[in-house]
Amino acid sequence: MGKFHPNVDKYVVSRVRALESILLDRGILPADAVDRIVQMYESDTGPQYGARAVAKAWTNPTFKRRLLTNSTAALSELGLEYDQLIVVENTDAVHNLVVCTLCSCYPWPVLGFPPNWYKSPAYRARAVSEPRALLKELGLEVPSEREIRVWDSSSEMRYMVLPQKPDGVDGFTEERLLPLITRDSLIGVATPLPAGGA
Amino acid sequence: MDGIHDLGGMQGFGPVIREQNEPVFHAEWEGAVFAMMRAARARKIFNSDEMRHAIERMDPAEYLASSYYERWLAALTRLLAEKGVVTEAETGARPANRARRRAPAAGESQAVVLDRYSTAQSSFRSSNAAPAFAVGQTVVTSNERKPGHTRLPRYARGKRGVIAAQRGTHVFPDASAHGLGDAPQPLYSVRFEAAELWGTGDVDTAAPVYLDLWESYLATVAGPGGDRG
Repeated sequence: MGKFHPNVDKYVVSRVRALESILLDRGILPADAVDRIVQMYESDTGPQYGARAVAKAWTNPTFKRRLLTNSTAALSELGLEYDQLIVVENTDAVHNLVVCTLCSCYPWPVLGFPPNWYKSPAYRARAVSEPRALLKELGLEVPSEREIRVWDSSSEMRYMVLPQKPDGVDGFTEERLLPLITRDSLIGVATPLPAGGA
Repeated sequence: MDGIHDLGGMQGFGPVIREQNEPVFHAEWEGAVFAMMRAARARKIFNSDEMRHAIERMDPAEYLASSYYERWLAALTRLLAEKGVVTEAETGARPANRARRRAPAAGESQAVVLDRYSTAQSSFRSSNAAPAFAVGQTVVTSNERKPGHTRLPRYARGKRGVIAAQRGTHVFPDASAHGLGDAPQPLYSVRFEAAELWGTGDVDTAAPVYLDLWESYLATVAGPGGDRG
């Protein structure tokens, strides 16, 4: 099943520490690397860029077209250099879902770290072959007539979903839209939060 | 290789369990493994395809019983040994003292530079070769069972699909994971209908799968159902 809260024995911890001190001695690991990298990712990672791109796409049709056809150009307008993202749009006819069956490919620069469930054998096994049933279990009912496109990230190309704009947000600014756009809605396992529900 | 990592379509795993308010790292050692992996990648001790293949080579039972960062630790240890950087015996013999770390230094850290380097690697390669397949063309995937690393999942082997998009030319992981260089090839997004992948039975026919596949995984289809373009 894969563990979420590894009740790791002291053996794993001691192996990590041993390896860390050897790599420090060899000059492979800079002295401050662990603290700095952990600090950096704990404070500065999440779906900020992804949510920002979606909020802008919902309010700006020209940007939306760019995001869907040339994400590199669109993301650079937001100050992010990233050339391997494909953005797929949810519509009344199509729902998109992202998975990586072979490992855990995920668009880190726009979504942050992948959650553990995304990396779990259950998700990776089931998302491709029974996406509708899986989404229903996760609380998202996709009508049977709506096609579910599953994007199995088998290469360096990474995927993000452009969800449908919730009802009742016409006239909202990007700033008001941002809190509605959850990470899970950008993977395709949820819809954005309803207006007023954030 | 047909390893335990190739999970797509397998049955019996039960529900997907989501953790609320999941932290970036669940324990200090996970962050250390992450940082060591970043440093090793930035030092070019191994590439990302070699790293994926090292995870794939784990014992299947251990793979399933391991958390994500335990799998990273297994791959890191194995690759450092295989590359002659740190032997298994050295790691085992080292006293389990807390590693010496300095407090974060002010200004631009070497660690930050390394991290930026290791995240800035692109698989795109320039090429003058025209892609062999056009959007809309029907193709069939290879049915070859390979012993090494590949990005053609088992569930999509020997299956018919339609080219949905051309994705440019990219490093070929099947070569790159085995020290055979970039060997770049055109990459395609290929759409597979659910019935083609999962056969008969309780299949949701309105749930196609899109896979990014390298040119050498694909062949043209002759005869009925083949290329009509």
